[in-house]
Amino acid sequence: MADDVTMRVWRGDADGGDFAEFTLPAQEGEVVLDVIHRIQATEAGDLACRWNCKAGKCGSCSAEINGRPRLMCMTRMDQLPEGPVTVAPMRTFPIIRDLVTDVSFNFEVAKSVPAFAPPPRPEEGYRMAQIDIERGQEFRKCIECFMCQDVCHVIRDHEDNKPQYAGPRFFIRYAELEMHPLDTNDRRELLRQQGGLGMCNITKCCTEVCPEHIKITDNAIIPMKERVVDATYDPVAWLGRKILRRKKATPQQAVTHGA
Amino acid sequence: MSVGGATITPVQLGGARGGPSARTLRKDRWWVQPTITVVLLTAFVVYSTWAVFVNKDYYVGAVAHRDLISPFFSPCVTGSCVAGAHGTFFVIYWWHITPALLILLGPLSFRVTCYYYRRAYYRGFWQSPPACAVADAHTGYTGETRFPLILQNLHRYFLYVALMFNTILTIDAVTAFRLPGDGGIGVSLGSLVLSANAILLWAYTLSCHAARHLCGGHVNTFSRHPIRYRIWKTLTPLNARHMQLAWASLIFVALTDLYVRLVAAGVFTDPKIF
Repeated sequence: MADDVTMRVWRGDADGGDFAEFTLPAQEGEVVLDVIHRIQATEAGDLACRWNCKAGKCGSCSAEINGRPRLMCMTRMDQLPEGPVTVAPMRTFPIIRDLVTDVSFNFEVAKSVPAFAPPPRPEEGYRMAQIDIERGQEFRKCIECFMCQDVCHVIRDHEDNKPQYAGPRFFIRYAELEMHPLDTNDRRELLRQQGGLGMCNITKCCTEVCPEHIKITDNAIIPMKERVVDATYDPVAWLGRKILRRKKATPQQAVTHGA
Repeated sequence: MSVGGATITPVQLGGARGGPSARTLRKDRWWVQPTITVVLLTAFVVYSTWAVFVNKDYYVGAVAHRDLISPFFSPCVTGSCVAGAHGTFFVIYWWHITPALLILLGPLSFRVTCYYYRRAYYRGFWQSPPACAVADAHTGYTGETRFPLILQNLHRYFLYVALMFNTILTIDAVTAFRLPGDGGIGVSLGSLVLSANAILLWAYTLSCHAARHLCGGHVNTFSRHPIRYRIWKTLTPLNARHMQLAWASLIFVALTDLYVRLVAAGVFTDPKIF
């Protein structure tokens, strides 16, 4: 590693800003977040960044390092290419200040996903086999860093899609609930209509950036797309429902289920 | 907001975002992968179009002591097929242009709607997006919610068609071990090429996401469906290699056609191994 590191850090808010350049002496074993903290301590005391655990588990320090969404605390300086390191806030969300973005879009979407709906608890308690719940356990590894939401071009490049698109983080939430052996709700139409699953064109960027290595596209989005096909697009499945007199839940029924 | 009669709290937009206006801040060669995709897919389309319309040298028959047919022309079911090619059981006499056009529609529709190829051509050709964290080339975006892209949801039906073609190509591979007038039954390089082609096509087809769903992925309680669980568990690691299998099978099917074509044109003789 060179003796000095040059950091180009975005300074500004929702009204605009620019990159500020800082040159600091390199220190062995540092991650990007360490260098940002040194800039705060030595050159720009008012530089805003969000962080908490420094262990890749709280999902707070998401940023775009050299243009790619990454956790600042898990990105080693010595693994970045030579030259200035660019640190910018997540592009999909409005900037509050510097590297801190307003991710409340995600909390609003979270409210719209109907909660887990188990049947009434039997006297002997709920019983589940491990093989029935292990698919959903992968999705529970999510640390809500929202980098998958950030990199998803459906909302990253098209702000107007936000009202009708839940995004990868919530597709895994839908998948976790729909695949749960005890869940009694049917959210497929809700996911199609309100969640905007059809907007996803499976370019797999969410999977590429996930720090927990959740196979978002292969294990959640595509299986949910196939379940939506079962519920809506498959003519044979439609005929089967008619013959067997089975009904799929409407979005309203999914929202009010158990209420 | 009202969706299907349900009242749902609308998501509040964040308003102006701020931040860098550059299309991307990536410094790596993000354009390499979509470029490779475009080059390979274009090369396949150009080669297969040429092979389809040249409409000759797709069958090596008893005169050359072999029974090799190009996968682009199998099953050769039109009246215009060369003598000896398969297709005596069911023949379409009213089809006068190249038989491959009729045949390729099946496997092609499976590949076009395949979840992996969708990713590849949306990135490579449509640039939506060209790479992760690189801005879309288009200002508007509706994904797969409208015609014609909504038809991607019929992928599972094209899976059934692909399975049918795989069965036919497997029969072709087995019959390729017949060496009429050259010992009866034996192994030639051509029979091995056709076999490898069939194996790769089966691996690609069975690794499909729709197959994984239909075989067991739709089940929530695996413990009550042990056979479906076992099939799903078997297909899952194969599914993880869907991209590699998609490319391998695509390239190999073109190479198989090329091999049969060169033998049929007399460029070289299909060597007998034993």
